[in-house]
Amino acid sequence: MSIIFDHVAFKYNPGTTYENTALDDINLKIDDGEFIGIIGHTGSGKSTLIQHMNGLEKATSGTIYYNGQDIYDSDFDMASLRTEVGMVFQYPENQLFGTTVYEDVCFGPKNQGLDGKEISLRAFEALRAVHLPEELCDVSPFELSGGQKRKAAIAGVIAMKPSVLILDEPTAGLDPAGRDEILNLIKELHEKNGVTIILVSHSMEDVANYVDRIVCIDKGHIKYDGTPREVFKNYKELEEIGLSAPQVTYLMHDLKRAGFHVDTDCITIEEARNEILRCFGI
Amino acid sequence: MKIIEANNLSHEYIQHDEEGNVENIITAISDVNISVEKGQFIAILGHNGSGKSTFAKHINALIHPTGGTLYVGGMDAKDPSNTFPIRKKAGMVFQNPDNQIIASVIEEDVGFGPENIGVPTDEIWERVEKSLRMVGMWDYRKQSPNRLSGGQKQRVAIAGVMAMEPECIVLDEPTAMLDPDGRAEVIRASHELNQKKGITIILITHYMEEVVGADYVYVMDKGNVVMEGIPRDIFSEVDKLKSLRLDVPQVTLLAHELKKAGLDIADGVLTREALVEILRGIRGEE
Repeated sequence: MSIIFDHVAFKYNPGTTYENTALDDINLKIDDGEFIGIIGHTGSGKSTLIQHMNGLEKATSGTIYYNGQDIYDSDFDMASLRTEVGMVFQYPENQLFGTTVYEDVCFGPKNQGLDGKEISLRAFEALRAVHLPEELCDVSPFELSGGQKRKAAIAGVIAMKPSVLILDEPTAGLDPAGRDEILNLIKELHEKNGVTIILVSHSMEDVANYVDRIVCIDKGHIKYDGTPREVFKNYKELEEIGLSAPQVTYLMHDLKRAGFHVDTDCITIEEARNEILRCFGI
Repeated sequence: MKIIEANNLSHEYIQHDEEGNVENIITAISDVNISVEKGQFIAILGHNGSGKSTFAKHINALIHPTGGTLYVGGMDAKDPSNTFPIRKKAGMVFQNPDNQIIASVIEEDVGFGPENIGVPTDEIWERVEKSLRMVGMWDYRKQSPNRLSGGQKQRVAIAGVMAMEPECIVLDEPTAMLDPDGRAEVIRASHELNQKKGITIILITHYMEEVVGADYVYVMDKGNVVMEGIPRDIFSEVDKLKSLRLDVPQVTLLAHELKKAGLDIADGVLTREALVEILRGIRGEE
């Protein structure tokens, strides 16, 4: 079970004067059960990349395999790919439309052609997974708070039981506690249900705290692909492409320059705390 | 001189049913007391739904007080005849850069505001140049805004507000949709406007790091101001902020954790430099 990108390139408006290469020679293998963070500055091609993963954009050249099948084969079932690979867009609450939260969450499974009982089961399961209280089921989604709306929208995608969940900046615009709630529920989906997670994020701190692997995109290329520790070692290069390392990583570098013998690879507060305490013999 | 003075400012949203009867009254903010001196850089924190945007919309006369008073540049915001003068005094930048840019060429977008208030053509161009230079977007003036990054678009939006020559700019989560680079650009630009032009800045944000450079911070919860003070004092209260669904900058949190583990560190460490200095001090004593 995997998604494989084999020499994938994508051009907008190919053959015209507006031709614009968004992805160039992307080679990527995403295994089952991974938790991947995708980082890249605005316009780097990360949204285009994820839109290839469930067939919303079609590569200009190259091949994409889902579980060993070429998704561009004429007999490939694209509709099932789109339920297998669920996509939570930026500001997904803008796509809520049901008269009640429950109805909205049911829309996906209904479209999958499931029977009534299964649809309800899935809807309630999804609402539980995002920790929305059951009494909100019959409320209009437009009466929910910002964070609750986002959870409802995510539940709508989860209800289709995707094996892979792609989230494009799921925490944008939320307050810090709201951010933690969303990220923790994503983590839960990964750990409890074994869903493969692909998280697009502008927050290096969030990426450092949650993901196992970072894919960094720059100008349509994969610039780095590795564990957060490996990728954030290149903090200077990351800055050149409009990104950064988590704040604590900078602090560790500052400390090293100030003569402390610390490991500069720390990327989370906990790691930094332990490393500094070690330095002081505590 | 005070540019913004809110005394017991309240705002209620009244919902009507189909017959026009009052169905529900939602109090978005109540008894808010905030006063801002001209030239200050103010930050407002608060979780989603805490009332900070409702407060911000009053400063720009997008909505009017339903209780208490608000004076913007000495003008009563309750008086409808002050609406346009107030909007000239206080400009506003919103979260989504794409919703704020209307023209197909950047310089025309920046010129839209002054043109609307009947500024003579020559002066419009002067203002456009000044504003675009201020935010470092002059080189892009002939380009189309849709090719810009999020941070650049927000800087153009700020230039558009600058061209109205306001005394005060309210930025309502201007960086929520931006990448780290874009966030830094916008925050840098707003500090520059504050320092070089003396423009009063009111920054609303969910990013604690962006608050560190502010002169004064207000924290809102359930429509009230629940904390206020300089960033150092505000961020000393890690647990209280967390209970308000907020956070502290990473460096501050790390310092707090180190203190809990027994290192002699004061609360409210805001910058990396400060923490390095403190740790050096501790090492020196050993």
